[in-house]
Amino acid sequence: MKRELPLFICALMGITMIIQYFIPHPYSIKFYQTVIGWFIIIMTFAFVLGIMSIARVHWNKVSRKQKDWFYSLVALISLSVTLFVGFAFGIERGKPFMLIFEYIQVPMESTMFSLLAFYIASAAFRTFRARTFEATLLLIAAVIVMLGRVPIGYMISSKIPAISGWILDIPNLAAKRGIMIGVGLGSISMGLKIILGVERSWLGTIGGE
Amino acid sequence: MRLIWSLVFILMVLTVGSALCTDETPSPPATIVVSDKGSDDGSKLRVEWSPSPDEKSTNPVLRVERYRIMRREIGGQFEEVEEVFVGEGMEKGRYIYIDSNLQLGKRYIYRVYSVSEKDVVSKGYAGGSSVPVANLFNVERLNVLIFIVAFAGLFIYFYRRAKGGVELYVRPIAGLSAVDEAIGRATEMGKPILYISGLSTVDDISTIAAITILGRVARRVAEHETKLIVPNYDPVVMLVEQEVVKQAYLEAGHPDAYSDDIVFYITTRQFSYVAAVDGIMVREKPAANFFMGYYFAESLILAETGAATGAIQIAGTDAVTQLPFFITACDYTLIGEELYAASAYLSKDPLQLGTLKAQDYMKLAIAVIMGIGIITATFGLNWFQRLFVAR
Amino acid sequence: MKNLLDKFLKMDRRYIFFLVALGVIIPLIVPIGLPVDITKPVKDVYDAIDSLPEGSYVIISLDYDPATIPELDPMAYAILRHCFRKNLKVITMTLLPAGPGVAEMATKTCAKLENKKYGEDYVFLGYKVGVSAVILGIGEDIRIPFPQDYYGTSIDDLPMMKGYKNYDDTEIVITISGTNVPASWVAYAHQRYHVNVASGVTAVMAADFYPYLQTGQMVGLIGGLKGAAEYEKLVGVPGKAFVGMDAQSIIHSLIIILIIIGNIAYFIVRKSKKEGVG
Repeated sequence: MKRELPLFICALMGITMIIQYFIPHPYSIKFYQTVIGWFIIIMTFAFVLGIMSIARVHWNKVSRKQKDWFYSLVALISLSVTLFVGFAFGIERGKPFMLIFEYIQVPMESTMFSLLAFYIASAAFRTFRARTFEATLLLIAAVIVMLGRVPIGYMISSKIPAISGWILDIPNLAAKRGIMIGVGLGSISMGLKIILGVERSWLGTIGGE
Repeated sequence: MRLIWSLVFILMVLTVGSALCTDETPSPPATIVVSDKGSDDGSKLRVEWSPSPDEKSTNPVLRVERYRIMRREIGGQFEEVEEVFVGEGMEKGRYIYIDSNLQLGKRYIYRVYSVSEKDVVSKGYAGGSSVPVANLFNVERLNVLIFIVAFAGLFIYFYRRAKGGVELYVRPIAGLSAVDEAIGRATEMGKPILYISGLSTVDDISTIAAITILGRVARRVAEHETKLIVPNYDPVVMLVEQEVVKQAYLEAGHPDAYSDDIVFYITTRQFSYVAAVDGIMVREKPAANFFMGYYFAESLILAETGAATGAIQIAGTDAVTQLPFFITACDYTLIGEELYAASAYLSKDPLQLGTLKAQDYMKLAIAVIMGIGIITATFGLNWFQRLFVAR
Repeated sequence: MKNLLDKFLKMDRRYIFFLVALGVIIPLIVPIGLPVDITKPVKDVYDAIDSLPEGSYVIISLDYDPATIPELDPMAYAILRHCFRKNLKVITMTLLPAGPGVAEMATKTCAKLENKKYGEDYVFLGYKVGVSAVILGIGEDIRIPFPQDYYGTSIDDLPMMKGYKNYDDTEIVITISGTNVPASWVAYAHQRYHVNVASGVTAVMAADFYPYLQTGQMVGLIGGLKGAAEYEKLVGVPGKAFVGMDAQSIIHSLIIILIIIGNIAYFIVRKSKKEGVG
């Protein structure tokens, strides 16, 4: 029953939503909006469980004084303070919650994002080697596109931005479309497998067992 | 003689005067049909009319520039709904206008007037009325239904073939063959394995594929008694993964080795999550990193940090924009649908392999259709492409 | 020589990080002023806005969060200032939960720079949940998803919103995003309601939207910091993107030099190893 009921609900809802896609009647649309509403409610409740999970993990580390327990203490204090100020003072602009967001979280997120610049340079240096024909092709295309996307490329030759644009417009797009078609078919196949109960890993079982 | 000239003069004045004081207006459309649009929720009507004969008039006072559509409900006043310029919205020589945002079951009355370049409105009009009806089937999506039926048919055919014991060949995928190698390496080194199932939600197919692979990885990890770390971006995904990993440990015969701390939630903020995972990588120094699922801009930060710690890295994503970063920074990458195929590949389950075959044949069919489409488009036969427009 | 090159190939990545840091900081302190060429997709967006008569309504959806501020804020500011200079009626909004702060800041800053009055020249509607639902809702009546603006004022109480209903009254929708939201604007606003759509996206996402440019579903596309710099140049408001171009040029050149030297070193080392083995 523990497995049969979720499988039945999955199959029923999956087939129902497929049928719903083809029915434009207002009752069908109302049903769709209701299901979306339920989904949002379930997701919201799951957040509560998520917070409990992170609190438990870090509390265990602190209470047992495991390795790097200090970072867990910082995490717990940050979580508690943010929750408290959010509930106590509200989340409008100018309130402590938004100040924490704007002056601590936003700069930290921007800093993490900026790491990409450094990592791209180190990754490119480490891995862009002309070992094979395909790797050489990738290398040449990457160099042309990199130059084409900055003013210095135009200064070297006005043809570079044009070739860069051609690479992005034609071969890049063709490859992307091929992958997207494959991904689309794979998604449909995966969806069908889940609805028909062939794929049951999401239940906590492995491979239809 | 004087009399004759007077008569001629009067005749000329009358002729010119009548031309100047003309009461002529452009001709309205000859015919109009107002009907339910069909394939909708009962909020649209289709107004179709023939062109006015004065569209090609040489007289600018009469030459029709646009059509004015007026509408009223029973007991109401006529209001202007839209003006459609000559040549716009034509199909097979007739004008089509779809009026939307109407009320189901209410009768609407339409009048279409011709308006000339000099803003002279036709005295006459083409009139009609109808009632919008909610439909039970969207005919405009028939092509999608045919595609789904065709694909499901192929799916079931190969499924039954596989069930009947026919062996189906699937080409080796390097990334999946390396899973055992990665787990073995981690066990030998006594270091943990890090598994990330992407930054998307459980309704994303790539996340489900990642969870499937996690189940198999977790089972092998449990058999080798290696430490597993699974930090999560989404709390619902965390809940599902806890069940999957718990079951995997149970089936491997090591239920006591499972703890809820193996699979935990971090945050649903992109770069906060990345910072936390990077911290785990630098502190725990896992021997193997698995990046499966959907990723955004953080993919290179994760992969490059992992590479710096010396871990063997296997990635798999259908996020086309992030593939180049994973291919550059990881040892193995599953591209697009290879991620979805992983479940079939790792299990070697004939039923799962059968579904892969169905996908491949569908791809072949799509390639053939595209070829036909290219040829027909080259010769201007656009009807073929219109068969595949999804609405 | 071979040992030196081998060491070079295995050098600590922190040396590369240091070079990148220099490459970014120095041009920001000592600008080079490299010329920015204008590309067609960006010019198309500019022309689409520039050709609009005074008083035309435009919707600018600022669908990005703080993480992508460095790349998308410059183009947002340039577009907003362009619209304000053309005396267009600007409606701004966002479809991302973390977007309101960013969107409000951009709107108010540009309005102040161009001396525009809230409620008469521009309105800010804030955020509403449900991307497709909001886009479709505006197609019927903007009051459906947004009965009030971000500050709680009824739409009908805002002078510039009198007489405005939906996309039929809108000349163009411009979406600026680091996500896939522009695809939704094309699918729902353009395909169903036939309103013109233009986009500003991050450089990584730009390649995903070229198909829409090719098919004419988007009137133009501004991609990444370079696109933003081009737009700043067209409008005549050189800002962060323009300044950033020098740094980006240096970094791209640095990466290319490192790749070339790395490959040369790699081939020399590989050849010596083969000769050594042979």
